Amino acid sequence: MASLKALKIRINSVKSTQKITKAMKMVAAAKLRRATEAAEASRPYAERLEAVVSSIASKVTVGPQSPKLLAGTGKDDVHLFVVATSDKGLAGAFNTNIVRLARKKAEELKAEGKTVKFYTIGKKGRDGLVRSFRGDIVHSIEPGDLGKLSFADVQGWAEDLTARFEAGEFDVAHLFFSKFVTVLTQEPTQIQLMPVAVSASEGAGVSASVEYEPDEEEILADLLPRNVAVQLLRANRENAASEQGSKMTAMDNATRNAGDMINKLTIQYNRTRQAAITTELIEIIAGAEAL
Amino acid sequence: MALKFELVTPEKLYRSDDVYMVVVPGSEGDFGVLEGHSPMMSTLRSDASLEIYASQGATPEKLSIAGGFAEVNENGLTVLAERVIEAA
Repeated sequence: MASLKALKIRINSVKSTQKITKAMKMVAAAKLRRATEAAEASRPYAERLEAVVSSIASKVTVGPQSPKLLAGTGKDDVHLFVVATSDKGLAGAFNTNIVRLARKKAEELKAEGKTVKFYTIGKKGRDGLVRSFRGDIVHSIEPGDLGKLSFADVQGWAEDLTARFEAGEFDVAHLFFSKFVTVLTQEPTQIQLMPVAVSASEGAGVSASVEYEPDEEEILADLLPRNVAVQLLRANRENAASEQGSKMTAMDNATRNAGDMINKLTIQYNRTRQAAITTELIEIIAGAEAL
Repeated sequence: MALKFELVTPEKLYRSDDVYMVVVPGSEGDFGVLEGHSPMMSTLRSDASLEIYASQGATPEKLSIAGGFAEVNENGLTVLAERVIEAA
């Protein structure tokens, strides 16, 4: 059995771990509130833009002159997976879930004979994918703190992605991120980033008498690259909220586990102490009786 | 007699107000939007300013916006701008 001193040291070490996880949980809770606010604040813009884009897109007939972002390249051989994760771990299964979804989809597409390339945002996403798809990662970005990401940062990535698309590096781009549902549930999600996925039903509701200035094609050419940036921003905002939510849950669990462990160790410590006292008493009594 | 005006940036819903008139710097020329304007969509000139008239004859409030898009529909005017710089 472990000595009293060793037990005492272990109890103290678990206690300090518990203090750390508790502090991390509280930090995550504070950041979570800010992150959800940011995610909600960016929603109106994304929704409006999406509605406008799909309403115009459904009116424009796709021809050879149409912007590539709308019409696509006419093939779907090369798929680009934009996998958005975070730079830091300690957030439960947050990063793993996104990576797992991306890996599953990549394997499905590969089984169909398509080529899959990866464009990773976040260190953890790259680390998770590098083992199985080392040669397929075309570019990696390390965004740092997701909560501090501005629209200007995201715009740079969107321009890079659009340039790669125009250059014909890939035919379809998918975006992977974790959708924030509640603090306890985050859903790994996949959306099509390029070309724009147009839902036919949405455009039908808009009245036909809208004036366009300049014409539809030019508006569309202006809006489509912006739409890519907005989608990326939204994904990262959702990710930021999900990351903090996931971290909060993970740290809450860790704090509770540490508490259980402390209880168990304290019981063991007391038993050992009692046993030592009993032994000592027996020795004294035995000594007295021998006289 | 009020126009519902919304100014949205990717970061937040910047403004949501009832105003009298907004002069929008469209890429093919400025246009004023009053209540009951016919539906239209227009891209915006970059680095131009939006003039907001809170009431008839009031001094306009100017907001510099960069990169954007305006939509007028039966619900009012919505301006989507990438950045808003408040004029000093």
